[in-house]
Amino acid sequence: MELILIFFSAAIVNNFVLAYFLGICPFIGVSNKITSAFSMGLATTFVMTITAIVTWLIYHLILVPFHLEFLEYVSFILVIASLVQFVEMFIKKVSQPLYRALGIFLPLITTNCAILGLALFIVLREYTFLQGIFFGVGAGAGFTLAITIMAGIREELDLADVPKAFQGAPITLIVAGILALAFMGFSGLISV
Amino acid sequence: MKNKVTIIKEYTKGIWQSNPVFKQILGMCPTLAVTVSAINGIAMALATTFVLVFSSFIISSVRKLIPTQVRIASYIVVIATFVTIVDLVMKAQFPELSKSLGPYIPLIVVNCIILGRQEAFSSKNTPLRSVVDALGMGSGFLIALFMLGSIRELLGSRTILGFQLLPDFYEPWLVMILPAGAFLTLGLMLAFFNNLSLHKKKSDNDKLIAKYLKTKTAADFVIEENK
Repeated sequence: MELILIFFSAAIVNNFVLAYFLGICPFIGVSNKITSAFSMGLATTFVMTITAIVTWLIYHLILVPFHLEFLEYVSFILVIASLVQFVEMFIKKVSQPLYRALGIFLPLITTNCAILGLALFIVLREYTFLQGIFFGVGAGAGFTLAITIMAGIREELDLADVPKAFQGAPITLIVAGILALAFMGFSGLISV
Repeated sequence: MKNKVTIIKEYTKGIWQSNPVFKQILGMCPTLAVTVSAINGIAMALATTFVLVFSSFIISSVRKLIPTQVRIASYIVVIATFVTIVDLVMKAQFPELSKSLGPYIPLIVVNCIILGRQEAFSSKNTPLRSVVDALGMGSGFLIALFMLGSIRELLGSRTILGFQLLPDFYEPWLVMILPAGAFLTLGLMLAFFNNLSLHKKKSDNDKLIAKYLKTKTAADFVIEENK
């Protein structure tokens, strides 16, 4: 039950993008089309889940026993960067269609702060292994949800008559603000 | 050609012409997340500038030794090292501030401004220029975060840097210190700056057209005289 709460808390109530401002760069950059936004969301969820597992293992099995907690950031970011590289090569070998769908988005994920943020939150909140995995999947689902909704709105926005000064980033941010307001409706639903 | 750009220009471009937040739309995550109050914004910007200046210095010093294939990974290791230093110093010296910034200090590692400057500038320029460029970008970031933080703090809790500026009968807009307020404020600010540059562009164009028209009549006049 607690695991399900963590999942929904990360996905909806404390959405990574709209409540913690993590992963804003792809959220603004790759939200032009629903299809590419959804692929980006899937790729991110995939990497997030693996990151949650691997960084938890590294932190609790290597850094803590050897009292190397100060290497947390260096080791996490290196792990994430090599993980993304590895996932890219793996997908390329195993499934060509999936690679074509996710391919260009994978390198971008390394610098997505949502991934490092996830690893840091898992350490900060002292989640257990299983909780960490659910948190990772939930955060990924929340990211996918937010970026897909955003892309849907922006596709409609193409047809709207936006004032010249607001075109591009400003109107995207304002839409994101309204979306964040809408997601505030969920606040207080779960307190985890 | 590169030498024509003066050191001063290298500094000032970060403040306005290519301000990391307003013009390049980089480093959005910390910009939006920590600007609940002006002091948080300043602390974040100073921490980022510290990391930016020192990693620019180190990376531009060893830029010829780093193989191109592994440059991103090398940059990230250098950046992460300085972020760890900042984080440990802040935890020891300013525990309150460190607590309120939470995980956003470690997240400086993946701040696109820092990696972007290493890739675009430090990897091609001398240490002196890179440091000046980093200081400029840092100042631009500081200005942006301070403005955003002040507006949100003023409207959201009546104060700037803890000093009450709005009277008591003003009802604070709670939305300003919530996530939605960050998006809305930054969106409006970007639109405002876009509008400024659009106006400037337009007046520049008008001047050019006026000048062109003048020379044309002058040229016509000259031609007529020749006839």
